[in-house]
Amino acid sequence: MKDKLINYLPAILLFAALIAAWQAAVTFGGLRPYLLPSPASVIEAMFDPTIRWWGHIWATGIAILGAFLLAALSGVFLGCLVAWSPVINRALMPFLVFLNTLPKVAIAPLFLIWVGYGIFPNILMGALIGFFPVVINTAVGLSQIDHDMIDLGRVFSAPKWKVFLKIRIPNAYPYILSALKVTATSAVVGAIVGEFVASQHGLGYVIVTSQSSMNTALAFAALIYISLIGLVLFAAVGLLSRLLAPWAEGNEA
Amino acid sequence: MDNYSIQLDRVSMTYDTASGPVEALRDINLNVRQGEFISLVGPSGCGKSTLLRVVAGLRERSQGSILVDGVKVDRPIPNVGMVFQAAVLLKWRTILDNVLLPAELSGKKPKAYRNRAMELLELTGLTGFENKLPKELSGGMQQRAAICRGLLMDPEILLMDEPFGALDAMTRDEMNLELLRIWGESSQTRKTVLFVTHSIPEAVLLSDRVVIMSPRPGRIDTVLDIDLPRPRSLETRVSPAFGRLSMQIYDKLLGREPGSGNGFVPE
Repeated sequence: MKDKLINYLPAILLFAALIAAWQAAVTFGGLRPYLLPSPASVIEAMFDPTIRWWGHIWATGIAILGAFLLAALSGVFLGCLVAWSPVINRALMPFLVFLNTLPKVAIAPLFLIWVGYGIFPNILMGALIGFFPVVINTAVGLSQIDHDMIDLGRVFSAPKWKVFLKIRIPNAYPYILSALKVTATSAVVGAIVGEFVASQHGLGYVIVTSQSSMNTALAFAALIYISLIGLVLFAAVGLLSRLLAPWAEGNEA
Repeated sequence: MDNYSIQLDRVSMTYDTASGPVEALRDINLNVRQGEFISLVGPSGCGKSTLLRVVAGLRERSQGSILVDGVKVDRPIPNVGMVFQAAVLLKWRTILDNVLLPAELSGKKPKAYRNRAMELLELTGLTGFENKLPKELSGGMQQRAAICRGLLMDPEILLMDEPFGALDAMTRDEMNLELLRIWGESSQTRKTVLFVTHSIPEAVLLSDRVVIMSPRPGRIDTVLDIDLPRPRSLETRVSPAFGRLSMQIYDKLLGREPGSGNGFVPE
């Protein structure tokens, strides 16, 4: 534990120096607060009792988590389908690639028309941005298997599903988990974009309203909460990969 | 009448590639007696590994017939142990769970094979490593675990595709003697072994017969009886008979008249 703290020391020092420089720029540089609020005023905004922070954090947190889970589950499922059958692969892949080349953020207003207001379109938005890498990595992980290993399964007349379940899926864990790390970030982007477009709650909504009132400190505070949610999700995926795939490269304790 | 374990009758195999069909095996005739240790040697591309997989029913032959214990092979045959050049252990399973994999894959209860697995691990000097992950073991130890896995279901036939090819020379010698012991050199219930190797001394040390193959298409050139007494040891390798037999194989592989090389083997 002590060693770990020492490892983080350079990062902590740099972070503290940046905050100090920021505060100095505002205090001595004469920057207007609506251009760059001071760190102190941002912290003040973070604990401003007139803002229902918990409600916004909850709404955004649920949207991000929902988007992440939806992207992860649908991505793993589609990846399994693609790896299971060459026919499905040929049928599905062009469609998925097309879907992925669409500027997904631009679809957000359409979601509003299709599924209405609320948290659901935000979840869909995040999932849409995040699912593609999971599909690809799942399919690749399932196919990157030593041919001898497949032969071994055949020698023992193991049914295809058993080889899939016992050999190919665990083999794909490291691939899936590294895609989930990307998806954890995409889910945040998607959920916030959804809230920008139309929402009455959430941290994205807070940023939009702070813009109209030139309350930059409030927007900074919301940003910090967003990145904290993102960090928690990212750390959770990291923990999951150490639990599920402790044998994989870079997962050693 | 001999009791044959594997009978190959005019087996040929052709497979398609992007640049047209390739004839991998032509007209292979070979009868393997029960409990016999047969090595397949030959240059790269002579189809040794392919032949092994055709016998296991993992690749389809184009012509001819294969009988294993008198039964025609049309798909992967049960009760065969396979050991590959790489250990191909599952990285996420402990050594014990890797050894138990065949039981799980063939739908048996792994628990019922636990004792057997522990016995095999003891036999190969892996006691105490059963709960380690493969990456915690050396290459030689991983290959031992792979052999345990191949032997778990007590197969009558063991197919080995250059199992010691990736090991250093010392470990390889050690593993050769160990294999002879496991095979049951000094017992009556020997398994039938088909053993692919690039090493001529290894083939001579282990085998009852050495099958010399030639490439493109893969054919059987010569079958050589190795009449060295058993049990064999490292001393066997320095005996004159051992040298003579090895030389005969070198001559065949290099396409020379017997004895013309005067013991000199060009690189």
